[in-house]
Amino acid sequence: MEFLLAILIGLLYASGLYMMLRRSLVKLIIGLILLGNGANLLIFLLGRITKGKPPIIPEESKFFLDAYADPVPQALILTAIVISFGLQSFAIVLIKRAYKVVKTDDLDQMNSTDEFS
Amino acid sequence: MLTAILTGFIFSLLLVVAGKYIKGKAAILSALVPLGLFIYFLQFTRQISSGEIITKTYEWVPSLGVNLGFTLDGISLIFTLMITGIGFLVFAYTATYLKGHEYLDRFYGYLGIFMAAMLGVVLSDNIISLFIFWELTSISSFFLIGFNNKEKASRKSAVLALSITGIGGLLLLAGALILGNITGTYSISEMLLSKDLIAESSHYIIIVILIFGAAFTKSAQFPFHFWLPGAMKAPTPVSTYLHSATMVKAGVYLLMRFTPSLGNTELWNTTLITVGAITMVYAAIHTLFRTDLKGILAYSTIAALGILVFLIGLGTREAFVAACVFILVHALYKATLFLVTGIIDHETGTRDVTRLSGLRKVLLPVAIAGFLAAISNAGIPPSFGFIGKDLIYEATLHFGNTGVLLTALAIITNILLLYAGFLAGIKPFTGKLPQSFEKAHMPGFLMWIPPLILAILGITIGVFPSIVQDSLIQPAVTAMGQNGSEIQIKLWHGFNLILGLSAITIGVGLLIYFLFKPSLKLEKGIAKFDKIAPKSIVESIGYGFGQGSKKVTGLIQNGYLRYYVSVIILFLVLLTGYTLLQNTKYVIDYDSFSELTVYEVLTLLVMAVGILYTVFTRSRLAAVAAMGVVGLAISLIFVYYSAPDLAMTQFSIDTLTVILFVLVLYRLPKYLKLSDRKARIKDGILSVVFGSLITVLALEVLGEPQGSQITDFYAENAYVLAKGKNVVNVILVDFRGIDTFMEIAVLTIAAIGVFSLLKLRLTKKNRK
Repeated sequence: MEFLLAILIGLLYASGLYMMLRRSLVKLIIGLILLGNGANLLIFLLGRITKGKPPIIPEESKFFLDAYADPVPQALILTAIVISFGLQSFAIVLIKRAYKVVKTDDLDQMNSTDEFS
Repeated sequence: MLTAILTGFIFSLLLVVAGKYIKGKAAILSALVPLGLFIYFLQFTRQISSGEIITKTYEWVPSLGVNLGFTLDGISLIFTLMITGIGFLVFAYTATYLKGHEYLDRFYGYLGIFMAAMLGVVLSDNIISLFIFWELTSISSFFLIGFNNKEKASRKSAVLALSITGIGGLLLLAGALILGNITGTYSISEMLLSKDLIAESSHYIIIVILIFGAAFTKSAQFPFHFWLPGAMKAPTPVSTYLHSATMVKAGVYLLMRFTPSLGNTELWNTTLITVGAITMVYAAIHTLFRTDLKGILAYSTIAALGILVFLIGLGTREAFVAACVFILVHALYKATLFLVTGIIDHETGTRDVTRLSGLRKVLLPVAIAGFLAAISNAGIPPSFGFIGKDLIYEATLHFGNTGVLLTALAIITNILLLYAGFLAGIKPFTGKLPQSFEKAHMPGFLMWIPPLILAILGITIGVFPSIVQDSLIQPAVTAMGQNGSEIQIKLWHGFNLILGLSAITIGVGLLIYFLFKPSLKLEKGIAKFDKIAPKSIVESIGYGFGQGSKKVTGLIQNGYLRYYVSVIILFLVLLTGYTLLQNTKYVIDYDSFSELTVYEVLTLLVMAVGILYTVFTRSRLAAVAAMGVVGLAISLIFVYYSAPDLAMTQFSIDTLTVILFVLVLYRLPKYLKLSDRKARIKDGILSVVFGSLITVLALEVLGEPQGSQITDFYAENAYVLAKGKNVVNVILVDFRGIDTFMEIAVLTIAAIGVFSLLKLRLTKKNRK
């Protein structure tokens, strides 16, 4: 499973980057989301995946009696998911607003302030 | 002594609050500052002449060996007296010269900083603090040259001067650091003790070149001389003070200071003689082609600086005596001539030497000052200049085989200097007074007294050279590493070869003065050579550098996000990829992996299809939907592999994102295919390489052993300390509670942003 997952993470990264390199703003956001998902999965995988043993201490005990999935990467990823949602929602609304003002979705027509001449 | 140096800085600081008082009648009071310092330093004369050296050390940055060490010896004393003495006259002169000027307080502020910094340069024993004061003089000079900041030429000259002297300052710093490294000290007097160590060091050549670079840029030696004529854009008091009497001599001072520790080698002497000789002859010839009084004086100043460097290069005791005397001679007559020029400019409004004549009828005391200065400049007895010139010839004549050649060069220079001095000090006052100047009148006494004092001093010392002999010249020569105690300076040496040479100099000089007429035609003639002059070369280098930077910036900072991303990823891929190729084991331990089940494979398959569909679909709605499927598949993976919290979060967030997207989508333009095929293939290749790199990286990491103490800590303490059984939750809300709090704050800000973006209604007026 780990092997396949690693390939899939590579696929997520590759497609995320490819979408980020497009000129359309919408594609840029989609690429960002894909890349974020890839990163989350990468952290998850590198923390070693364990099947069917969630990091929850059994009802009657104070400690883990058995092996358990690593809770640290999970906590990290949870934070990452929520934060990236903040970013995505803001970016999506910003696209809408930007389109209303400049009437384009093309990044190349939005770079005038950043251009050095 | 530290207080004496700081006085100037404090004075300038006070002007920030007291500036408006100084602009009025109180301007003259500021002259008390240099006067007080002059008297303060004057009282050391007795101690210095008896051979004492006064040192004071204050700790500054002891850990780096940078102390504020100050030494007052013969060399320093000459310079401090010049700085404060001429400073006093210039401060007084300015009170009338710039009377009522809008920024008079600023002007005094810069002058005060300059004076303090200059004192710091000549008194510092620590080479690092010397460097700092050195740079401060460059900076204050920059502000003073650009004082008329509304004129483009002024600003340009200021920048040019700053860049040349600033580069020199950096060379000085480099040289200082190497010296400190070799000798293990930054104290100049302690370096003297390690003279052999420095001379034998393999870095000796580099040190000498760096110190020369600093001295030659500051003291306007060929080929760095060109900033000085430009610096004449400054108000005349500045030209008098900085660009003739003091600052430009800082380079000479540096050479004098380092002669005992670095000098007396083939490299040192030959370079100084060559550069000095080229500079003095080159600049002296240039005076023939100028019609602006300040231009003439600027070139004759460069020539005088050349003579000084040349004399230091000769390295004999006679040459050092001549150098010390000539510094004083030059300061006295050149400051006078500049001040006189300032008065002429002030009263007639022109500095064109071809137009000026007959002014003695309206400006008699000024004419007397000019005449006396010209006499001293020309080296006509009984002036101090006569002694100076004799000593120069004596030094060159007694210099080995090349003595005759060097004497000839010195004579040529002196002849032309005489011409320049007469042109500036006598020509404007003789002849017929043109009608246009009849209305010119005497300026306030504060303006004409200072040049008169200096000019009279130039004659008095000539008649009574013993005034300076014991008190200044002897200790200075001793400080340069020669026995100075038996030096005798006399006006009359009897009839000898040197007197003959003097007579020739004066005769030929007068001949040129009477026969040669400066004209604009000549000035234009020499302008044709500007293209190959060092100035144009430096300027075109500067221009090319600017253009080059512009091109590079344009290339890197091109405004296209995708290029920035591509470059970053490309570097990442190359660097990481290279290291991976070197160190990868390429062994994958399949046994350690968990086994596959059918539904897992199906999930991954769905996900892969979702990703590819997102990328390649033409429909935007489909892309968003496929992206949602990918998110759901990830959430399933979380479920399979023991992460229920993640699965829930991913599920809800994914859903929300898709909904938000769809809500906004219908307002957006069509999903256009903007890039061409070539760009897509290029980006595709980069993306695939990047993705594969991540895969390889992940597999490599999986092959490494893993151990985390943090995990154990959380697992053991989740219930014991935090009373929670879901460890992920406990980490988030308890152990890392503050982080989560911050996260909530971030989300709140994002939410406010989203809300205000949705609510924002731009009217047509605000939109632009």
